[in-house]
Amino acid sequence: MIGGLFIYNHKGEVLISRVYRDDIGSRQAADSAVFSSSGPFPGERLGGSMRRNAVDAFRVNVIHARQQVRSPVTNIARTSFFHVKRSNIWLAAVTKQNVNAAMVFEFLYKMCDVMAAYFGKISEENIKNNFVLIYELLDEILDFGYPQNSETGALKTFITQQGIKSQTKEEQSQITSQVTGQIGWRREGIKYRRNELFLDVLESVNLLMSPQGQVLSAHVSGRVVMKSYLSGMPECKFGMNDKIVIEKQGKGTADETSKSGKQSIAIDDCTFHQCVRLSKFDSERSISFIPPDGEFELMRYRTTKDIILPFRVIPLVREVGRTKLEVKVVIKSNFKPSLLAQKIEVRIPTPLNTSGVQVICMKGKAKYKASENAIVWKIKRMAGMKESQISAEIELLPTNDKKKWARPPISMNFEVPFAPSGLKVRYLKVFEPKLNYSDHDVIKWVRYIGRSGIYETRC
Amino acid sequence: MTDSKYFTTTKKGEIFELKAELNSDKKEKKKEAVKKVIASMTVGKDVSALFPDVVNCMQTDNLELKKLVYLYLMNYAKSQPDMAIMAVNTFVKDCEDPNPLIRALAVRTMGCIRVDKITEYLCEPLRKCLKDEDPYVRKTAAVCVAKLHDINAQLVEDQGFLDTLKDLISDSNPMVVANAVAALSEIAESHPSSNLLDLNPQSINKLLTALNECTEWGQIFILDCLANYMPKDDREAQSICERVTPRLSHANSAVVLSAVKVLMKFMEMLSKDLDYYGTLLKKLAPPLVTLLSAEPELQYVALRNINLIVQKRPEILKHEMKVFFVKYNDPIYVKLEKLDIMIRLASQANIAQVLAELKEYATEVDVDFVRKAVRAIGRCAIKVEQSAERCVSTLLDLIQTKVNYVVQEAIVVIKDIFRKYPNKYESVIATLCENLDSLDEPEARAAMIWIVGEYAERIDNADELLESFLEGFHDESTQVQLQLLTAIVKLFLKKPTETQELVQQVLSLATQDSDNPDLRDRGYIYWRLLSTDPVAAKEVVLAEKPLISEETDLIEPTLLDELICYIGTLASVYHKPPSAFVEGGRGVVHKSLPPRTASSESAESPETAPTGAPPGEQPDVIPAQGDLLGDLLNLDLGPPVSGPPLATSSVQMGAVDLLGGGLDSLIGGTNFVAPPTAAVPANLGAPIGSGLSDLFDLTSGVGTLSGSYVAPKAVWLPAMKAKGLEISGTFTRQVGSISMDLQLTNKALQVMTDFAIQFNRNSFGLAPAAPLQVHAPLSPNQTVEISLPLSTVGSVMKMEPLNNLQVAVKNNIDVFYFSTLYPLHILFVEDGKMDRQMFLATWKDIPNENEAQFQIRDCPLNAEAASSKLQSSNIFTVAKRNVEGQDMLYQSLKLTNGIWVLAELRIQPGNPSCTLSLKCRAPEVSQHVYQAYETILKN
Repeated sequence: MIGGLFIYNHKGEVLISRVYRDDIGSRQAADSAVFSSSGPFPGERLGGSMRRNAVDAFRVNVIHARQQVRSPVTNIARTSFFHVKRSNIWLAAVTKQNVNAAMVFEFLYKMCDVMAAYFGKISEENIKNNFVLIYELLDEILDFGYPQNSETGALKTFITQQGIKSQTKEEQSQITSQVTGQIGWRREGIKYRRNELFLDVLESVNLLMSPQGQVLSAHVSGRVVMKSYLSGMPECKFGMNDKIVIEKQGKGTADETSKSGKQSIAIDDCTFHQCVRLSKFDSERSISFIPPDGEFELMRYRTTKDIILPFRVIPLVREVGRTKLEVKVVIKSNFKPSLLAQKIEVRIPTPLNTSGVQVICMKGKAKYKASENAIVWKIKRMAGMKESQISAEIELLPTNDKKKWARPPISMNFEVPFAPSGLKVRYLKVFEPKLNYSDHDVIKWVRYIGRSGIYETRC
Repeated sequence: MTDSKYFTTTKKGEIFELKAELNSDKKEKKKEAVKKVIASMTVGKDVSALFPDVVNCMQTDNLELKKLVYLYLMNYAKSQPDMAIMAVNTFVKDCEDPNPLIRALAVRTMGCIRVDKITEYLCEPLRKCLKDEDPYVRKTAAVCVAKLHDINAQLVEDQGFLDTLKDLISDSNPMVVANAVAALSEIAESHPSSNLLDLNPQSINKLLTALNECTEWGQIFILDCLANYMPKDDREAQSICERVTPRLSHANSAVVLSAVKVLMKFMEMLSKDLDYYGTLLKKLAPPLVTLLSAEPELQYVALRNINLIVQKRPEILKHEMKVFFVKYNDPIYVKLEKLDIMIRLASQANIAQVLAELKEYATEVDVDFVRKAVRAIGRCAIKVEQSAERCVSTLLDLIQTKVNYVVQEAIVVIKDIFRKYPNKYESVIATLCENLDSLDEPEARAAMIWIVGEYAERIDNADELLESFLEGFHDESTQVQLQLLTAIVKLFLKKPTETQELVQQVLSLATQDSDNPDLRDRGYIYWRLLSTDPVAAKEVVLAEKPLISEETDLIEPTLLDELICYIGTLASVYHKPPSAFVEGGRGVVHKSLPPRTASSESAESPETAPTGAPPGEQPDVIPAQGDLLGDLLNLDLGPPVSGPPLATSSVQMGAVDLLGGGLDSLIGGTNFVAPPTAAVPANLGAPIGSGLSDLFDLTSGVGTLSGSYVAPKAVWLPAMKAKGLEISGTFTRQVGSISMDLQLTNKALQVMTDFAIQFNRNSFGLAPAAPLQVHAPLSPNQTVEISLPLSTVGSVMKMEPLNNLQVAVKNNIDVFYFSTLYPLHILFVEDGKMDRQMFLATWKDIPNENEAQFQIRDCPLNAEAASSKLQSSNIFTVAKRNVEGQDMLYQSLKLTNGIWVLAELRIQPGNPSCTLSLKCRAPEVSQHVYQAYETILKN
């Protein structure tokens, strides 16, 4: 299991260090036993130095490594280091055992989420400002290197940084039963005057297209994020136009199948928040759950079939002699004319030896950014079924570099008000048998946002 | 209020100020001071001097302050065990607190304080907490048992905590169950034989129920535990699989991977004809693909695992090629792994797409990635015959780019393509020859020379080309030298008239001016062959080579099966068994896939043979460059064929023998020199590890608890003599088995792979009992530790000195020789105790001239100590007598080949030297037995 957890700043200085297992400084025990008879505290100094060596080894070999990091898992002298980076902060978990590697990374991400939920952005300043809190959290969510309940909802009930609150016995047992209980993500006795819920279907559409316009790979990875402000312990049921469900239901009436069949989508795979009853999904494909209070990610899914590609990029690159490039890029929007795409940005890479660029575009603004080696073309809004074009002349410095320019792909960013996968929310039913509000009393909001993921066209 | 200010105080005299503040009456000030102490501790300052003052703050009703003090205690208690006792009372009191959060905190912290005296006090509170009414306390106490076990395993057993822990598996609270499972699994790992976890259908049912209810982490603990269970038949396996599959939709990737592990393992037991088997296969693909949309670090873990899964069951992901296409912004580690999987999934159906992608990648910037992409094109050509032509033309396009490393990589793979499809693509040779000058890497040079030699008859100026290499012969690496030698001999056999001078030149360069034994030997053999029987030479040198197989870089099947049992863990990320990177006994239990049950066996179709099927069905894991070197004499040291150990060793011994005695007679009067011995006296001390490993103190000798004395590792083969490969090692004997513990360090700049080892015949028939398993390529500055089991059934030849062992180690770069002396006591067998009567009779029976007497100096041991020391190395005391104030020990020992040695050890109290008389029917061994005595007694 995890033997220790360290947080470093970009210089490699330790901000947080929590050791869970003795083996991280394995010589410590022997050394302090041998040396404790001489000097004031030499045992500790030696022991401490061993421990610090694990800390230092990571700094020297990973943070200060000259090369680009070649692996997120590093083995240095039989000690394994797992790291993730958030802005310029490094989080490293250390172990000497054959731990579950996927679990360690999941835990590190979770740790980041928990910290962010408590104090916002993970930055050196915030970590220093909250180090006592972080130690308290680390003590709670990791015991002897085993991750424990790390749901912020539950943690916030008893790790408050307010010292001890005068809790009644009932409150205490409520906390502990929540932390350990079956529904660890929700506490009882929540009350809202207005029962309301928001559903956001957020999709990122990914594309890799060949210069000839052939789709090399395309997929949508989507998330359904729910914000719930519901009283009591509501039982929810979520339905969408999942092909399998609709075909199952439509078996009786053949007429309906053909009708709804068109609108249903094939989901390749989906994963759910831990509140969803997975065994029920497996057997009946129904999504039922008791939601956490506030915002959470209900599900993630992936589709690869029948994706609506909101934009098509048509590149044309021509090398004119050795010192000039001509680039022409056309973008076409491919959705209902009544809808508007926003925040459109096309990024056209330029060679490293570019000396000057001239651009002409019909719409939006385009600029050559030398520091990024790219022409960035921005369009604020664009309706569906439209077309726009940019052309550029790139002057090159003559070089004797034998290596050819790698021609990175042209990438695109945008936001559209629909789900490129075609997913539709059919219903979200709420039942709360103990309290007197019904499904009809709940105010529900649904919103679809499609964003570009990695949306690239090779040129 | 911000806490960052605590980090800034660096004044001198700070400790005294803090001391004053800690003893302040004001609560707020106290808390501030403790925070400062913790901040100093974090940045690495020694604040242990404040121990008593901090502990004084422990008695508080402020939970935050209490937690800080506990944190301090965990860090420093071990250095101040006596002071730490002061804290015990508070702990014990806190364990009785009405607030369950405080009870849990106390028991959690107490378990982290690794001071013996404290653990004694921990037992009672822990017992109570394990039965606490509050689940939060119970789940904390469950983990605490594992902590205590880590400090004092005996205590945990004596106190009966293990039984209580087992009871917690039936707890009503799912989180308590999960933590109990985690704790038990960990404890069970250090007692591999015990039946701690005692999994049976009932307890499995409980775990599966808890699985639906506990936290994501708890699900991981339970799934990892389930994976160790052996279902009794296929029906049970199926029912467990059915209940585990819903986990594949969990948002937590670790839950998914652990579920995949359980399914992959239990699937072994299911019959392939079963409908359910097919359903399960289909269900596995989507979640694996979904893992690739996780964060990059998890993608990396997933990809390393998918690499294993694809090798084990290629059918799962065969249609999912596209998702492994590399994205421009993927981190390099993700790109490299994806590339690996792309090659594994390449098939006739998708080859066009794959090739287009690979060509794209070959123009990227990262050198490693580009090289791998070029190599991948070559591998596609070898794997999918229909695509070979397209691959070759793609490679030619890439050669036209003239990018140095691309050209070299392309030439290396084209050589393999030539071997796979002989006489098909020779038209490209002209293009290759144009790039001769730009090759500066040995591997590429060797490949090119091989091509020129192999196709010498079609290259008009082959002699000129080879001659150009000959000029700098001595500056070339061995790989190139050997290749050049062979190529010129080939050329000579094909065009004898024009190249006589050239062959003379290379033979004299190789035999007279080189100090590389391998090169010299090959030179002599060619020379002899050519001068005695040119026809035979032609048959040998120009013999048809075996085709290379299509799959390369496959993980060896038994290792693959083991790694499948470790899906999700570090072992699956490193592609090494845990024993290769985990110290000590922990977690090194060898795991294996369950065998198919009888009911499914009958339904087995031949192509779906279970693991361990006839070797012919498993793809051969070949061709690396090294094999080419050996192709002439069949002197192949490559991975030994599996089979009965006796047969194997004798066959291979025969091969090695060519280098030993056999060759002497072959060459007759020539100045043949035996392979140089690079042995270093065994007492040279521990090898010099890299700076880093020193930090962790891992390289120094490994002490063994039982078994005979083990000398520290000595350098056997210095890096200088072996192109950067450093080998150090020692011999051990434990419970009847001998092994050679090796440490291989790569001090070269290139990756080493394809290790193999072979011994020459020796006095006691020592031979490797298993192939040398170096599972992953050894990258520069990496060290691996390997324990090579030895048997004594190899062929026997008397060596001088008797305990001399000549070893050959091969890797992708070259073959290296060294010899070493093994201590004789590794051959002392466990049943070497002779009974008294027998001893007397034998002693008398052995003629007196066979008796040898030795002095062991500086050995101030008394008779008991000496006797017990010797006994642990299988020298048994038969009788003891006291004569005139001197202790006489009569001892016996038996060697692996059945030779008895009788000894009389005379110890004089007060006199540091003792006298050893040895009697044996084979007096040659006496000297070495004496040396063994001396080593054992003095260590």
